[in-house]
Amino acid sequence: MTSTVSSYDILWKWSPAIVLAALVAFFTIINPNFLSLANFARMSIAATPALLVALGVTFIIIMGSIDLSMEGIVSTTAVVFGWLFLALGGRLAEGWAWVALPAAILTGAVFGYVNGLVHVKLSIPSFMSSLAMGFVGTGIAVLMTSGERIRIEDDVFRALLLERFFGFPLMAYVGLAAVLLAWFIQRKTTLGRNFYAVGGGEHLAHASGLNVRRVRVLGFTLAGMFYAAAALLAVARLGIAEANTGSNYMFVSITSVVVGGTTLLGGSGGVWNTVAGVLIVNVISNGMVVAGLPRYLQDGVLGLLVIIAVVLSTDRKSISFVK
Amino acid sequence: MLEFRKVEKSFPGVRALKGVDFQVGRGEIIGLVGENGAGKSTLMKVLYGSYQHDGGEILIDGKATRFANPRAAMIAGIGMVFQEQSLLPNLSVMENIFLGFETQFSRFGVIDWKKMAAAARRQLDKVHLDIDPKVITARLSFAQRQMVELAKVLTLEERVDGQLVILLDEPTSVLSMDETQLLFKLIRELRSRASFIFVSHRLDEVIEIADRIYVMKDGEVVATMASAGAQVEQIQQKMVGRDISVEYYREDKQLPRSQEVLVELQGLCSTGHYDDISFKLHRGEVLSLVGVEGSGGEAILRSLFGLAQPTSGSLRIKGKPVAGHSAARAVASGMGYIPRERKIEGIVDGMSVFENITLSQLGKYSRAGVLRVGAEKVTAAQWMARLAIKAPSVHANAGKLSGGNQQKVVIAKWRSGGSDIILLDHPTRGVDIGAKEGIYEVIREMCADGCGVVIMADTLEEAIGLSHTILVLKDKRIRHRFDCTPGSKPLPFDLVHQMT
Repeated sequence: MTSTVSSYDILWKWSPAIVLAALVAFFTIINPNFLSLANFARMSIAATPALLVALGVTFIIIMGSIDLSMEGIVSTTAVVFGWLFLALGGRLAEGWAWVALPAAILTGAVFGYVNGLVHVKLSIPSFMSSLAMGFVGTGIAVLMTSGERIRIEDDVFRALLLERFFGFPLMAYVGLAAVLLAWFIQRKTTLGRNFYAVGGGEHLAHASGLNVRRVRVLGFTLAGMFYAAAALLAVARLGIAEANTGSNYMFVSITSVVVGGTTLLGGSGGVWNTVAGVLIVNVISNGMVVAGLPRYLQDGVLGLLVIIAVVLSTDRKSISFVK
Repeated sequence: MLEFRKVEKSFPGVRALKGVDFQVGRGEIIGLVGENGAGKSTLMKVLYGSYQHDGGEILIDGKATRFANPRAAMIAGIGMVFQEQSLLPNLSVMENIFLGFETQFSRFGVIDWKKMAAAARRQLDKVHLDIDPKVITARLSFAQRQMVELAKVLTLEERVDGQLVILLDEPTSVLSMDETQLLFKLIRELRSRASFIFVSHRLDEVIEIADRIYVMKDGEVVATMASAGAQVEQIQQKMVGRDISVEYYREDKQLPRSQEVLVELQGLCSTGHYDDISFKLHRGEVLSLVGVEGSGGEAILRSLFGLAQPTSGSLRIKGKPVAGHSAARAVASGMGYIPRERKIEGIVDGMSVFENITLSQLGKYSRAGVLRVGAEKVTAAQWMARLAIKAPSVHANAGKLSGGNQQKVVIAKWRSGGSDIILLDHPTRGVDIGAKEGIYEVIREMCADGCGVVIMADTLEEAIGLSHTILVLKDKRIRHRFDCTPGSKPLPFDLVHQMT
């Protein structure tokens, strides 16, 4: 019984990239304007905050858990950032306003940490504990803002959106850096390896002397930090921090992870799968707009996409029934 | 009544059955033996309808048949008692017995539970099991569950007109000796109604129960013999195609242990699992825990490794008293645990060989949390060579290796991390004879290296062959301690005498 890498395995590995290329070709044929620098730059603006959220939740899904708290965490960190940023002068280049940036990341980390503790210490299934923590987060954001918007008009901070290099806004490069960081964590750190071990066999990881609970809590903490970074980009994109900032990230991010080929069972997939997934989802969303499809159809198409992706990414011969 | 003629079955790259001829007569008990990978399971699965043969023919009462699925096989009177028990632990005994065949008790989809309970009781009577059919299956002992499995298969009697053929896949692996004898008695009683195919690694049992024995090797039947007069060594020789010396544990290679104490237990108790356990493990020593299933050995190993907490008594590791034991601390103090169920607690399926090997000591291969993957691979390659692990490369998926090689990967995991107290729970279970010898060699090498090994052996001969000390457990206590150095080895009979 030896294992060899078959051509099927190779095809499987590259299938997200192939699907992506096919989609780009398809939409370009429908509307040649699709394949333009301006359109791709527009896509990158929409995609980057979602990409960071998706990177965060990728680690959780590799562990075989799920995190649904991203909307709450994004909203809370966005509001905390906005409030602190204005309180400290509102200008990034002057005074202490820059402190709001690390403070936001820290807020995300604390929130994710608590999220993980609730899940692990109280033994609540992750989907339930994180969903509940997400609502708590949205609640805090509403409480802090009383439903008002916080406007961030500092042009140094908004440079993330407005400053462009080679046609792409600065935030696209921040997204790229985040991808490399996430990949480094996945590939080169003890924590990253432990995520796969926990997802591949929790009992076994435990019997190898791994502190599984700690790995889980750290996973949620790390995810919280990525959500916070996503919140900063989302604020930079709109110039507004509000209790609504996190809306819609849950579905889009989890869709992207799954479409990229990371299975919900845990133990497989990774950062590059998520990158491909985010691009596929955004190309389809953008492509539908460019192709002139009505807005109300677009969500339905994304829903179908998730089902197709899960069907394709699950080895249904090995699991005959799912709950 | 059942006949295989030149049956073929191939999988991509493997010819699993190469023209197998196989016959079962009415009321006959057939023993089927062979090393792992010899084709026994494939043969069973073809017969049971899990696989379809792709050459030759299967005849039942002279008629050629082909089963599309297990249900079709069941309807034709072929029942299977699975090695990995197939009962659902969360359902009651009667629900399990009639799972999938409830319609006989229902009217418009509503089940008449009283009727089902009465029918279940009739089935349980057949196997002399006096339990309430309404009890939840999880509450039963393994032996009771095995009997329920048999009772479940015997429901075929009422549904099928012709004779039954019942396949028993390693039915005694979870049974004690008494329970095994009870099962054998039952099989002999039932042979008026059914034929049996008995698959087992325990050759003495096969000789005892079977009328005829088929020996398989590499997808072929290499020998058929009457079990009257058959010898274990003779069958082993056919199975491996070469002689295994009686002394294949190589007792002559056993080295004396040192005086340095690695682990010391004093009056260790865990309510309901074991009681008043005291022993010392020295460097270079193999210490066997021997006893029937449930006599406490596994629970002791789990406590040593910190997976379960003892209720009282003291445990010292390398002279230091241990309080608040945990798996992480056990690993830190140099312990390694190799559990019985490799798939659950042994290797991570989907992770590569090198990732599995370094899993328990990633701290050693990282600086500030960043891994040095190159160093990991070097270590893994060294251990692959040292333990002769057969895998395409360090990147191969460990889940795809054979049982023996997976076991070696687990051993490499602990040894490469410098563990010197190794706890082995049935390391050779489900591993074929060739690979077993490899594992014995590894155990001896560990001892020569100064490790202490606590082992729960798969057979008594194995325990006697490998150990310096044997502790016989009975009723969760140490019943007897055998000094087991070469020249003064006890006989299996001596051990059995203390166990039962």
